[in-house]
Amino acid sequence: MTSNDRTADAESPPRFPRPPQSCTDREGRSIEIRAGFPRAALVSMYLDFDPESRAQGLPPATEDRIENWLDVLEEGINVVAWDVDPPADCWDDDDCAVGHACLLDCGDGTSELTIFVHQDYQLAGIGSRLIRTLLGAGQAGGIDHVWLTVERSNHVAMNLYRSVGFETTSAAGIEHEMETDI
Amino acid sequence: MDVVVGLGVFEESVQALDRTIERARTADDSVTVAVLDVPTREQPLSTVVRRVREYLGDVDVPIDVRPLEGTPGPALVTFAEEGAFDQVVLANTKRTPMGKIQVSELTEFVLLNSQVTVILVR
Repeated sequence: MTSNDRTADAESPPRFPRPPQSCTDREGRSIEIRAGFPRAALVSMYLDFDPESRAQGLPPATEDRIENWLDVLEEGINVVAWDVDPPADCWDDDDCAVGHACLLDCGDGTSELTIFVHQDYQLAGIGSRLIRTLLGAGQAGGIDHVWLTVERSNHVAMNLYRSVGFETTSAAGIEHEMETDI
Repeated sequence: MDVVVGLGVFEESVQALDRTIERARTADDSVTVAVLDVPTREQPLSTVVRRVREYLGDVDVPIDVRPLEGTPGPALVTFAEEGAFDQVVLANTKRTPMGKIQVSELTEFVLLNSQVTVILVR
């Protein structure tokens, strides 16, 4: 039995969509969300990441640190959003990854969630699709408890997390901790 | 320069301690280690003080080790200001498994309340 086998009632978390998913974002771009860990495309996206969009030191700013960080994330469940028909000046010549989300098993029955959307693709509905699809992949993988930390000033992110069921469990410091059962 | 290192959990502060000592050697800083009464600590304050003194035993820089009782943040800020220190050093190495930087309650309190310059060691 996995968590998605539960009968639906008001107490049950929703069954989130599984990858792959396709959608059109608010800018009319065709976006695909797929499971997997395309390292080269992720490195390209993170190298081009706007420092203003960094959160709690992530993504790291230099290529060697990005690689080391991705070594950790590679162990988790990863989903990536792609622009199906990217502009010619995309940061990657081959495939244009525009968002990435990961669930990392913490070894204590919980998983930590993180999500990043490239600055050119933010506020277009991609983050919402991406996090739902990641949670769907997590449900398929037997994960049932997810948590994250978020800067208390990052209202966009906190609203996104609330929209998929996260509740604040610790609001004492600069970062808030949020968690949800899936 | 007179530097005070705020030390909560020993293991988390070794790097900050080492860097402060390294700097003291070249800059001729005077270093004090304030051992804080961190409530989550499994060992009593006196044990941590002894451990710090043992660790510093072989170091060629003279370092004063002082236990600070009371709530760590206010105790450290008061100690630094009353002792007319030039700089407070804190370890800030805590990260989530995913690698997100975390700022402890102690660090936040010291950053917001200290009139003395604060260095966070990562």
